Amino acid sequence: MSTVSLLAVLIALFSLVPLGYVAYMTVATGWDTAVELIFRPRVGELLLNTVLLTVITVPLCLVLGAGGAWLVERTTLRGHRWWAVALAAPLAIPAFVNSYSWVSAIPSLAGIWSGVLIATLSYFPLVYIPAAAALGRLDPAIEQSAASLGLGPWAVFFRVVLPQLRIALTGGALLVSLHLLAEYGAFAMIRFDTFTTAIMVQFQSTFNGTAGNMLASVLVFLCLILLLAEVKSRGTARYARIGSGAPAKATRLPLRHYQLPAQLSLAAVTVLAFGVPVWFVLKWLIAGGVEVWAADEFMPALLQTLLYGAVGAAVTTVVAFPMAYLAVRRPSWFSKLLELSNYVTSSLPGIVVGLAFVTVSIRAVPGIYQTAGVLIAAYVLLFLPRALVNLRSGLAQAPKELDEAAQSLGKAPLTSFVRVTLRLTAPAAAGGAALVFLAIVNELTATLLLSPNGTRTLATEFWSKSSEIDYTGAAPYALLMIVLSAPMTYLLFQQSKKVAGQ
Amino acid sequence: MTEQSPSSLPVFRVAPSVAPTTNTHLEIAEVTKNFGSQSVLKGVDLSVAKGGTTAIVGPSGSGKTTLLRLIAGFEHPDTGSISLSGQPVAGNGVWIPAHKRHVGYVAQDGALFPHLTVGQNIAFGLNAGKLDGGRRAVNARVQELLEMVSLDAAMVKRRPHQLSGGQQQRVALARALAREPELMLLDEPFSALDAGLRVATRRAVAKVLNEAGVTTILVTHDQAEALSFADQVAIMRGGKLAQIGNPFVVYTRPADRATAELLGDAVILDAWMEGSLATCSLGGVPVRRPPAQGKVQLMLRPEQIRIAPDGPIRGVVVDTDYFGPETTVRIKLAETNASQHAASGNGHRYPGGGEVITIRHWNASITKPGTELCLRVVGEGVAFPQEREHGQE
Repeated sequence: MSTVSLLAVLIALFSLVPLGYVAYMTVATGWDTAVELIFRPRVGELLLNTVLLTVITVPLCLVLGAGGAWLVERTTLRGHRWWAVALAAPLAIPAFVNSYSWVSAIPSLAGIWSGVLIATLSYFPLVYIPAAAALGRLDPAIEQSAASLGLGPWAVFFRVVLPQLRIALTGGALLVSLHLLAEYGAFAMIRFDTFTTAIMVQFQSTFNGTAGNMLASVLVFLCLILLLAEVKSRGTARYARIGSGAPAKATRLPLRHYQLPAQLSLAAVTVLAFGVPVWFVLKWLIAGGVEVWAADEFMPALLQTLLYGAVGAAVTTVVAFPMAYLAVRRPSWFSKLLELSNYVTSSLPGIVVGLAFVTVSIRAVPGIYQTAGVLIAAYVLLFLPRALVNLRSGLAQAPKELDEAAQSLGKAPLTSFVRVTLRLTAPAAAGGAALVFLAIVNELTATLLLSPNGTRTLATEFWSKSSEIDYTGAAPYALLMIVLSAPMTYLLFQQSKKVAGQ
Repeated sequence: MTEQSPSSLPVFRVAPSVAPTTNTHLEIAEVTKNFGSQSVLKGVDLSVAKGGTTAIVGPSGSGKTTLLRLIAGFEHPDTGSISLSGQPVAGNGVWIPAHKRHVGYVAQDGALFPHLTVGQNIAFGLNAGKLDGGRRAVNARVQELLEMVSLDAAMVKRRPHQLSGGQQQRVALARALAREPELMLLDEPFSALDAGLRVATRRAVAKVLNEAGVTTILVTHDQAEALSFADQVAIMRGGKLAQIGNPFVVYTRPADRATAELLGDAVILDAWMEGSLATCSLGGVPVRRPPAQGKVQLMLRPEQIRIAPDGPIRGVVVDTDYFGPETTVRIKLAETNASQHAASGNGHRYPGGGEVITIRHWNASITKPGTELCLRVVGEGVAFPQEREHGQE
C-alpha cells in the first residue's frame, strides 16, 4: 500500500470520530435509557418542527432556485448577467445575520413560518447555483433534437431540460436540508426549536448530558436518511473531460409580455433575501455611530477570524489532497469508501462534530480541550468536501497521461508531479481553500463549543452581542462577515460555471 | 477504409527489419501482463531493428497499448523481459523507470501540457543548464524542431488549446523529438484526426522520423495506417502477436482468417485443395505452401478478382455501392456445374457454388444489378484449414 493510501486511510478513520462517538454514546447509554430519552413528547415536538421545516422549505428553495436559474440562463430576461449574480448574492449573508435583520425588522417574528421565511431566503442560492451551472452547460443540441422530434418549448423544458437538472436539483435539495438540520443561530434567534437548538440548550445546561447525546443521535439518523435518499435519486455522476470544443450557445426563450412579471418577481426575491438584511445591518451601524467600532474588541476578533480561516483552509486543502488524488488517479471501491466516510462526516451538523470533539478531547486526550488545534480539526472535518470537490476537478484537468509524458521527457516522477500535476491543480486548490475560508469565517456552532477561552471570532462576537440584544454592537461584525463573504461567493458562483462533473 | 487501388497490387518492398540482422534495438521476450484477473498480454515476443518502423495493429482491447506502455516504462511486466539496445530495462529484477529510458512517447491526444505555451512544451524535456548556450540554445532548438515538424515559428507563443488537432500532434512529436530519443513510441497518434488530416499528418510524421533515423513503433487499429506507415507489421490479437512480417507479406499471405480480415477486405470461399491448386466457385486458384489438403477455406483479396470480358467465371451483379472513384460490387457466382471444370474430373465435387462475393471496380456503368459479368482471378490465393462455424462474409 502506498503512502498516499495510508494517509487517506488515516484521514478517513479520523473523520469517522464524530460518527463513532454518536454510535458509542447511544450504545453506552443502554437500551432502556435510550428508548426513554428518544421516545418522549419533547423529541416528537422537535421532530415535527424539523420535518415540517424541511418539507416546506426545500420545495420553496427548489422553485425559487430552479425557476431563477431557468429565467437567467434560458430566457431573454433583460439584464440576465446582473440577475445571475444577484440571485447568488444572498449566500454571502450568513443565515444568522439574515435572522438578526428580520428580527429587527419584525421583532415579533417566531415559530415555523418565520423559520421557513428565513431559511428559504438564506438557502435558495444553494439550489440556484448548481441549477444555473447545469443549465448553462446543457448541450443545446439535445434540446434542438427534442424540438425536431415535435416537442414544443414547454414540453422540451419538462421532458428534456428538467430531467437533466436532476443531479443539480437533488444535490441542491440535500444541501438545503442538511443546512436546515445543522443551523443553530438563525433558529435560536427567532426562538424556533429544532434538534440543533435543543442540543445546544442541553449542552449549555448539562454540558455533556445523556439527553443531549440522544438528541444528537436522532439528528445524525436524520442526516443519514437524507444522504441515502440523495444517493438513491442521484444515479451515476459524470466526470469532466478535457479538450472539449467550445460549448454551443444555448437558445433563449422569448419572454415577451412575461418580461415585466419576471423582472418584478426576481426583484422581490432579491430585496427580501439580500436587500432587507443589508439594509438593517447598515441601519444599526448608522444608529450605533463610531463607538461600536471600538478597536480593542473589534480588531482581535477580525484578526483571529482571519487567522483561523487561513490556517483552517490551508490544513483542509492539504488533508484533502491524498483523498482527491486516490479518487481521481486510482478510483476503486477503496477510494469510494474513503470518500464516503468523509462525505458522511461533513454532512453531520456542526453541533454533533463539536459535541464529539468536546467529549473525545476531554475523555480520551485530556489537555487538548479548548485548544486551537481541536477547533481546526473540527473545521477540517466539517469543510473537507469543499476542498475535495475542487481538488478532484482540478486533478481531472491533469490526467496521468500528462505525468507520463513528462516522465518520458526525462523528468523524475517527483519533478513531473510538481511541475505538471501540482501546477495544474493549483488554481482549483486555491478555489477550494477560499471556500473553506469562507465557511470558517461564518461558522458559529462548532466554534461556540470548541473555541479556546478568550478566542473571539466575528461569528461568536456577533452572536454574543445580538444575544444580549445589543443590535448596534453586533452590526459591525455582521457587516464584516458579509464583506468578507462577498468575494468568496462571487468566486463560488464563477467556479460553478466552470467546474464540470460532480 | 482501405487505400488499395482496385486495379493494382501493392508493390513489393524489402524491409530492413525483415532481413536478418544482428542490429536489434528493442527486444521483448515472453512478456505477460495482467490487470487484476484479466490477462492482457499472454506472452509477447517482438524484436525491432535499429531505425526500423514497426506497426502494431489489432482490434481494441487486444493489448497493443499495454505493450507500448510497458516499453515506455509506464507499467511493469508481470513476467518476461524488455531490453533496449541490448540493455535490459524491465524483467528479471531489472527496472529502469520511464524518465531514464530515453524513449519518446506520443499519446493519442498529444498530451500537451495545457499550462505551457507551445515553445515551453517543446522545451520541457530540454535542460538549459546542460545545453551549450543556455536559454538561447534552447530557443534555437525549439525553432529547429518546429521547422522539422513543418510548423510556423510564430506558433511558439500559442497555447495548446489554440492549435488544431493535427498541429497538437506535431507539437507533441516535436516535444518528444527534442531529446533525440533513439526509440519513438506512437500510441494511435492519428486516430483523433479527421480522415484528410490523418493521412497528411501520418505522412509528415513518417518523413520526420525517417529523416531523423529514429526507431519507431506505431500502435494503431487502422490497417491502412499500419500497412502504409511501417516496414514491419505485427498483428496483435487477444494478448498475443498473431503474425509479424513486412506489410506486403502480412497482407497477401496472412497467417489465419482473422488476420486476413483484420488487414483488409477478404473474399473467403470453401475450396478443395489438391497439391497446390485450390478449386472453388472461382475455378482453380494456385496456392503457395498449402497448410492442408482436401477441404479448405480459400482467401483472395477483392482486387485479385477482376472483371474481364474473356474471364472464365460467370457471376450476376446483386447490388452495388457507388463511392466515386470506385464501386463496390456484390456478385452472385454461378451455381456449381462440374462439367465446366476439368480439375474436378477425379470424382470430387468441389465445394461451394452460388456464393455472393464483394469486389471493387472503377466503372459503375457496367455493374448494374442483374448484369452478367465475366471474372478472372489474378495471382495466388491463401488457404486456411477448414473452420467449422464460419460462413461467407
